[in-house]
Amino acid sequence: MISELGHFALTLAFFVACIQCVVPLIGAMTGRAALMGLAAPAASAHFFLILGSFLALMHAFVTSDFTVRLVALNSHSLKPMIYKISGVWGNHEGSMLLWVLILALFGACAGWFGNNLTLSFRARVLAVQGAISVAFLAFILFTSNPFLRLMVPPFDGQDLNPLLQDPGLAFHPPFLYLGYVGLSMAFSFAVAALLEGRVDAAWARWVRPWTLAAWIFLTIGIALGSWWAYYELGWGGFWFWDPVENASFMPWLLAAALLHSAIVVEKRESLKSWTILLAILAFGFSLIGTFIVRSGVLTSVHAFANDPERGVFILIILAIFIGGALTLFAARASAMQARGAFSMVSRETALVLNNILLAVSALVVFVGTIWPLLAEMMFDRKLSVGPPFFNLAFTPFMIALGIAMPIGAMIPWKRGAVMRPVKRLLPIFVLALAAAGLIWAMQSGKSLQGPIGLFLGAWMVGGAITDLVSRLGKERDYSRLLRLPRSDWGKSVAHSGLGVTMFAVAGLMVWQQEDIRIVAPGETWSVGAYTLTLQDVSNVNGPNYRAVRGDVALEHKGRFITTLHPEKRFYPIANMPTTEAAIDYRFLRDVYLVLGDQQENGAWTLRTYIKPLTNWIWAGAFLMALGGGLSLTDRRFRVAAGARRKAPVATVNTPAE
Amino acid sequence: MRLRYIFLAFSLWVGYAYAVEPDEILADPALEARARVISKDLRCLVCQNESIDESNASLARDLRLLVRERLVMGESNEEVLDFVVTRYGEFALLRPQTKGSNVILWVAGPVMLLLALLIAFAYIRGRQAQVNSAASNALSVVEKERLDKILEQTNLE
Repeated sequence: MISELGHFALTLAFFVACIQCVVPLIGAMTGRAALMGLAAPAASAHFFLILGSFLALMHAFVTSDFTVRLVALNSHSLKPMIYKISGVWGNHEGSMLLWVLILALFGACAGWFGNNLTLSFRARVLAVQGAISVAFLAFILFTSNPFLRLMVPPFDGQDLNPLLQDPGLAFHPPFLYLGYVGLSMAFSFAVAALLEGRVDAAWARWVRPWTLAAWIFLTIGIALGSWWAYYELGWGGFWFWDPVENASFMPWLLAAALLHSAIVVEKRESLKSWTILLAILAFGFSLIGTFIVRSGVLTSVHAFANDPERGVFILIILAIFIGGALTLFAARASAMQARGAFSMVSRETALVLNNILLAVSALVVFVGTIWPLLAEMMFDRKLSVGPPFFNLAFTPFMIALGIAMPIGAMIPWKRGAVMRPVKRLLPIFVLALAAAGLIWAMQSGKSLQGPIGLFLGAWMVGGAITDLVSRLGKERDYSRLLRLPRSDWGKSVAHSGLGVTMFAVAGLMVWQQEDIRIVAPGETWSVGAYTLTLQDVSNVNGPNYRAVRGDVALEHKGRFITTLHPEKRFYPIANMPTTEAAIDYRFLRDVYLVLGDQQENGAWTLRTYIKPLTNWIWAGAFLMALGGGLSLTDRRFRVAAGARRKAPVATVNTPAE
Repeated sequence: MRLRYIFLAFSLWVGYAYAVEPDEILADPALEARARVISKDLRCLVCQNESIDESNASLARDLRLLVRERLVMGESNEEVLDFVVTRYGEFALLRPQTKGSNVILWVAGPVMLLLALLIAFAYIRGRQAQVNSAASNALSVVEKERLDKILEQTNLE
């Protein structure tokens, strides 16, 4: 009964979304306030209906109602409660429902908190948001209905894929969706601005927080996914350049570009049409991501729901929205006149460079991702594009970005001299270079990757700190640090985070140690400065799996550190083996231990990895997200409401700052 | 039924953990290191998207052994890769060749970067021109006269 109600609510939401899409738009075109005013309540109703539908599906999962097909296929009565809940979005249909739920939530938020937007603009934003919702609700209702019943319900379910039964992965999809879908707000604002024919600082002030929020969620979602891959997949890789990973990475890069170019629009009223284009592209790439994940046109390890029919449906949605928006852009972009003038050496130019590097690197990832498809269709070549290509083609952009960032971040707006920030940054530059030289002299292999990574890390973190300190004025009054605008702090923290991540990635790739051997119980072996002893191997049973578990004592130069328990698990219901690596997490390095197969003589294969700096990868991502959060709570967004009223008049000649 | 297939795909993928087996490792560390480098550039043909260095599929193991065999025979890295390509096609290469249409793939990044820089340069030049004109924003004598005339006329009307 509850599932039918959920289905009904979803259908109803579809019709409400239709109204939300059509009526306010007519109102905005004919200038009728009553019709425009319908947008916000429709957005609320639309959200609550989808929420009801989502809760109904969750109810079916939590109570293990196996008459619902989706529950029977993806759940099991013995599964821990948290995974029954996360199982709701651990499958194609449920995850699409979560997708539209978040979409509707963002739309409703624009309705609730958008009082400071003009009525017609809000109506247009919500109408576009409603249109996206209509498309995806139709997609769910016609191709991926989560509420289908089974004629003959099974006694128990088929269980969720054991790899997905993991806390890191339980929250990875919701964060990614918050990010993907958050970009729909930037898209709706862009299209509404094109319809309205006006982009000003106030527009940017509205778009930036949404983009920032979406970018923060994407950062967290991607970091969670990569962390999960690191500890769950059993050999400690954290990024595979897989099509589905790229699908989340491209919107991340474009959102990063967008939130920087929105600053230029906000502060200087330049780069308007480019920012609009970026907003369209960023959401376009998140739709492309959805398409890649769910159509199965590209072979990926994330075999999610490979169904050509669904793929075609998403492709049509993609074509309509992105094609439509780009056509509108082509027709209207010339109306977006830039006002602010700036010289060749200025913060504006630095941000243009930032946008070029981020956008082109996103396109490089895109070309690499779809090249196998293009090559097969156009040149009849069956080929692969793997990590070696991406490492080679993508990394230079990040190195250039890292080198330029500290300088660009300190050049003044409008007109600056490049030498002033360079002089300030000189000590950091020398320090970073010296550290890199030292590492180069110390390390054995003489690979350049490590020193370059260390140089970039030190340069970017040091540069971010210098930037903050330079705000203190001549007398170095450190009490002013706390009174600096939060967006300044956010910028420095996020920029340092990128530096930390770059350093960690380089360090891990160069200095990792690996050892593969056969070990009999009781035997001792050493890797680097560590000594390990396989004490015992025993059988253990979990709630829904059986496991073989090793007990391995870990010592460092004769001092006992801990006992590690690597496991090989088997999930009988899903009929699937998994490995649980044992990891000793420390500040500077991880010791990563994997139990392999038993040999004929009773000994076991054991893989030991010493992975330096791994935690720094995610610490850096966390810093980036934290910096975004600080920036999001900046005063100008909190008080933007008051500024908005005056903005159209005030921005005619004088930019906001 | 499709779901079974997905699970199958997943279980192949899970295989990661077992990658290079101890009995495959060559006695000569230099040769073994080269084998590892080559393995990272070769695709496990039956897997979703992983190199033979990471995969535990039996075909990946065969390929790893093949690579080592050719290396022991004294072939160079390129010769080994060429051998694998003639046998399995260029699908086996994770680092695409730079021949033929693949040139597009390899130069796409640099070309797009160059284009973007050119467009940006032209754009910023345009903005800069505005700075210069803004600097001489004060009205010239001729402009002032014209303005005065217009003002006079409007006053008369």
